[in-house]
Amino acid sequence: MSVNRTLLSVDKSSLIDFISTREEPEWILAERLQALELVEQLPYPKLEKTRLEQWDFGLLGSHVQPRRVSSLQELPAGAASHVVSENVIVGRNSGVAFIRLSDELEGKGVIFTDLDIAVRDHTDLVRPYYMRAIHANENIITALHATARTGGVFLYVPENVHIEVPLQALFVQDQADAIHMPHVLIVAEANSCVTFIENVISSLGSTGSYSTNGMLEVFVKPGAKVSIVSIHNVEASVIDTTYRRAVVEADGAIEWIIGELNEGNAVSDTTTLIQGTGASSDAKIICVGKGGQKLDLTTRAVHFGKHTDSDMLTKAVMTGQSTAIINGITKIEKGASGTNGQQTERVLMLSPEARGDANPILLIDEDDVKAGHAASVGQVNAEQLYYLMSRGINKEEAQRLIINGFLMPVIAEIPYEDVQDQIIQLVERKLGIKGGA
Amino acid sequence: MKTRLTINGLKAVIEGKEILKGFDLEIKGGEIHAVMGPNGTGKSTLASALMGHPKYEVTSGNVTLNGEDLLEMDVDERARAGLFLAMQYPSEIAGVTNSDFLRSAVNARREEGDEISLIKFIRQMESQMKTLEMNPEFMHRYLNEGFSGGEKKRNEILQMMMLEPKIAILDEIDSGLDIDALRIVAEGVNALRHEDRGFLIITHYQRLLNYIKPDFVHVMMQGRIVKSGGPELAERLEAEGYEWVKAELGIEDETVGQD
Repeated sequence: MSVNRTLLSVDKSSLIDFISTREEPEWILAERLQALELVEQLPYPKLEKTRLEQWDFGLLGSHVQPRRVSSLQELPAGAASHVVSENVIVGRNSGVAFIRLSDELEGKGVIFTDLDIAVRDHTDLVRPYYMRAIHANENIITALHATARTGGVFLYVPENVHIEVPLQALFVQDQADAIHMPHVLIVAEANSCVTFIENVISSLGSTGSYSTNGMLEVFVKPGAKVSIVSIHNVEASVIDTTYRRAVVEADGAIEWIIGELNEGNAVSDTTTLIQGTGASSDAKIICVGKGGQKLDLTTRAVHFGKHTDSDMLTKAVMTGQSTAIINGITKIEKGASGTNGQQTERVLMLSPEARGDANPILLIDEDDVKAGHAASVGQVNAEQLYYLMSRGINKEEAQRLIINGFLMPVIAEIPYEDVQDQIIQLVERKLGIKGGA
Repeated sequence: MKTRLTINGLKAVIEGKEILKGFDLEIKGGEIHAVMGPNGTGKSTLASALMGHPKYEVTSGNVTLNGEDLLEMDVDERARAGLFLAMQYPSEIAGVTNSDFLRSAVNARREEGDEISLIKFIRQMESQMKTLEMNPEFMHRYLNEGFSGGEKKRNEILQMMMLEPKIAILDEIDSGLDIDALRIVAEGVNALRHEDRGFLIITHYQRLLNYIKPDFVHVMMQGRIVKSGGPELAERLEAEGYEWVKAELGIEDETVGQD
């Protein structure tokens, strides 16, 4: 009864046992069982120059529910330092350990809770959206997520509610045999406005093979505006596969700010489906590759609505023997007239053995559109280095300034200084450079 | 110790071609030297070779600053030893603000733990920018990015004023400047005149020297100094050009054969 898809080992009977013990509405149990069938049938996602079949995802593990705690201090060491928001949910291993939502937001009808609770208590709000942006039947990874996911976050922002402060989810993986499948589901009703920060971290140690299989689904209703900051920073022993997907209706806007700062191999796919007239999507991605890391990052904007805008900017710094495949895909469907899709990918190589492929892809089925792309792969400019050094700045500090400068156009967009500092620190730590004055 | 830059028999090549062919000069604190000459005679190569540009290779000669061997030093060490080069074509560096850059440069000269306070630094930078009639917003602009030619030159002088070098080399600082900007830049340089500070001003026009009075004027041809004199030499060059120098010295082609 065991499904052994190369290196991803899944015990089907234990998953059936798991599903049968869930106290959940019928619809979701049925979907879990359907998805389990798909795990047996579906292939890995097809990625260019990346063969996921050969990655060691480790054992799937089991569901480990964390103890619910009443203060951040009771969380594993270091976790609390990632919390930058009053309104925060901390996920730990296969469940949720901590929830804090202000009375003010609760009073406005905002729902911010454990996705397992939301499935039961707000099933009418969850059902139309959960696994509807990303589908179980896409590949073995999405199917496995739909089968076995527990915990996660549900955020519901009612119509016309503008939330000035950010809401945050921190997902911590600190038990080796635990299933880790963080899921964030956000529904922003018409003319609402919200910023959401997601952090994914791990504390498992350097030996062994683990994985985190995450999803972030965002539904942006007409006129709503949602900003997502997603920073992933798991250890080298953890493979991170993450799907982020937004569906944006008329005059809605999504903004993605993404830090791909993992230490291990990672695959991510961040997609906006721009459905409604006048909707827009803006995505900014920072990536740092280190050691022997293999990264495959796709950013995609799919235009269905008329007069829709998309912009994507990826900045990657590659060191050591790391490799990154960076795909930018702008797809404009027939009928999406008056659309403007732009993208830029820039890769800065700090090592002769590192590798970065920037692949801008434009797929256009409509005539009345604007679309553009720019891509470059280069090294630290020797003239710039000379100029900075000619003012007495040593080589290490000069390189730090140039790298920070390269990433700054993305970092400067982050609306919160705490989060900017967090990213700068993570980048500098990953690059092994100490902070400047 | 009084500032002294000594250049002896300096030869330098770029991409295998010799451009400096035995350059000698001594600059003491308090002195202003002007090096003049037509295009292609090696003036900018001199500036770059002294600063340590990676494309230029020094093949013989020696350069000392207050007795220390400059050529043994990396570019940043030369700067910290007191050398400054106001460049003809300053680099643009996106994402690095002018103030962050300059504060790093100021702190590079100070001990760890003795960094300049942010407030003190900002006050100094604001005050020097005022002297140079620079818009205060240039403090937060990315380094030289989108600056006009004149703005870049002022920004070079601003850096010189903040870093207070022992020896300042100004490479074609007057090129691309209108008369107002030229006056402001010259005032910045004059404000820095000091008995412990020497200047090497590289130019092909005498115009700048109306504003900054040199003590010594040298004519450079074929990668070395061929004639030296006082300020009157610059005036004669302005009035009569370089032909008479060539005739006097029997030089047919004054260039080092570049381009």
